Amino acid sequence: MNTKKRHYWRNLYLIVAFLILYLPIFYLIFYSFNSSGGMNHFAHFTWAHYQEIWSDQRLILITVQTFFLAFLSSLLATIIGTSGALGIYSVRNPQVRTLILGLNNILLVSPDVIIGSSFLIFFTVLGIKLGFISVLLSHIAFSIPIVVLMVLPKLQEMNSSFINVAQDLGANHWQILKGVILPIITPGMIAGYFMAFTYSLDDFAVTFFVTGNGFETLSVEIYSRARQGISLEINALSALMFLFSLVLVMGYYFISKDSPKGKRKDRKAQQNLIR
Amino acid sequence: MKAKGLYFSSYVLWLLLFVLAPVALILYQSFIGINGNFTITNYENFFKIGAYLRMTFNSVFYAGLITLITLLISYPTAYFLTRTKYKQLWLMLIILPTWINILLKAYAFIGIFSQAGPVNNSLEWLGLGSHQLLFTNTSFMLVAAYIELPFMILPIFNAIDELDESLVNVSRDLGANKFQTFWNVTFPLTLNGIKSGVQVVFIPSLSLFMLTRLIGGNKVITLGTAIEENFLVTQDWGMGSTIGVILIAAMILIMFLTGEKKRRGR
Repeated sequence: MNTKKRHYWRNLYLIVAFLILYLPIFYLIFYSFNSSGGMNHFAHFTWAHYQEIWSDQRLILITVQTFFLAFLSSLLATIIGTSGALGIYSVRNPQVRTLILGLNNILLVSPDVIIGSSFLIFFTVLGIKLGFISVLLSHIAFSIPIVVLMVLPKLQEMNSSFINVAQDLGANHWQILKGVILPIITPGMIAGYFMAFTYSLDDFAVTFFVTGNGFETLSVEIYSRARQGISLEINALSALMFLFSLVLVMGYYFISKDSPKGKRKDRKAQQNLIR
Repeated sequence: MKAKGLYFSSYVLWLLLFVLAPVALILYQSFIGINGNFTITNYENFFKIGAYLRMTFNSVFYAGLITLITLLISYPTAYFLTRTKYKQLWLMLIILPTWINILLKAYAFIGIFSQAGPVNNSLEWLGLGSHQLLFTNTSFMLVAAYIELPFMILPIFNAIDELDESLVNVSRDLGANKFQTFWNVTFPLTLNGIKSGVQVVFIPSLSLFMLTRLIGGNKVITLGTAIEENFLVTQDWGMGSTIGVILIAAMILIMFLTGEKKRRGR
């Protein structure tokens, strides 16, 4: 009886917590089907706002740009981050290693405004025009450290005798890299790519600082529209983005489930996942 | 091993150009006065002009409140979650909202807190009357807490989940009641989780700037808002960088205070 009652309160608390987390999101999606203009009174069901998105060429262009940016920046970040992880792995001196890792994490812990403002100074000093290039470079830059953190553990788990055997069998450096190391670290690289992709897709603050007039991402566009008030087109857009996030999360879990990791490592990955 | 140097170089170039150079530049820029001369006026102004100090104090105060609210909601949530079946699944559902664009979450609250929105409707239904909710300090704090919630729950969940259950049992067997067990065993052993949660909530709360505009109606000026304003509105990059350096200093201080203490042998 007593324990049953305790479970009751426990579950009630958790239900309330989940409601707090999800109600705002579902509220947003619910009103995307509203035929009257606002988010207060639900008149009747309509797809009109989704059709609005479809015919809003500016929004479609921005969506395409945002995804192109995310694909490209995460691809380049994965390449540079992986080579970084390989480099860090080959550093033998533990102090140098700690130093590099410390520097690596600076961008992960820095607040967005600091990254944005310091990059803005940086691009201005170098004379790089603000626009697609500056945003792309920034997105690559803030995605690299997470890729390193996803790939490095895979390298450390790797059994180094594989490499010795490959060397003994006469494989050269590139053959070892391609035949032995890359297959082992691929799950880490994919996880890193996913993380970089969502970082890029979600970023608002850094982009806001380093983008010029010519280039906009979805976050920046949503910000400027939201400042003007409610438009149910944004609701429809958020419903689509919610579905997309769901697909990404499932994809991510599907991939990270394949890799043979301990429970602790999974937690670490999750911890990285939300930063 | 020439090849190693080859692929490491892109990463080292990134370290130099996008990690070290920006930090150096923001530090340098903070000493540039409004006329472009090298000076410490910005720092003098920051510490002399009351508005800056008040803004900093407010920012820290609100970040503290946001952190407290999230902690109070998160600890029980994390604790109860570790006691459920399929806890990893539930945890995933806690993380899921963090994958949704933060702008969209803020935007949702423009509707929820609006004059005729659901919160005001429920208040009226309860006979409390409708209020101006949007563009207040309270709404800013609540929305910030909402956004940060998962970031606090996760580290605490992990800390509680790693806790050795037998320690709790021993404590109960030795006659400690539930509260004593919690206060003397569970809580101290999960303190590290709380600390990392505080770290990941407090620092972003100092620097949020779009929430203060969309939800807070510019009533609360956080350090982040001040930086954004100096850089993008008034174009006084020197002052903006100075506030940035202060924010970096605050961040280092917080990381120092909440950093994991050396592990004692267990």
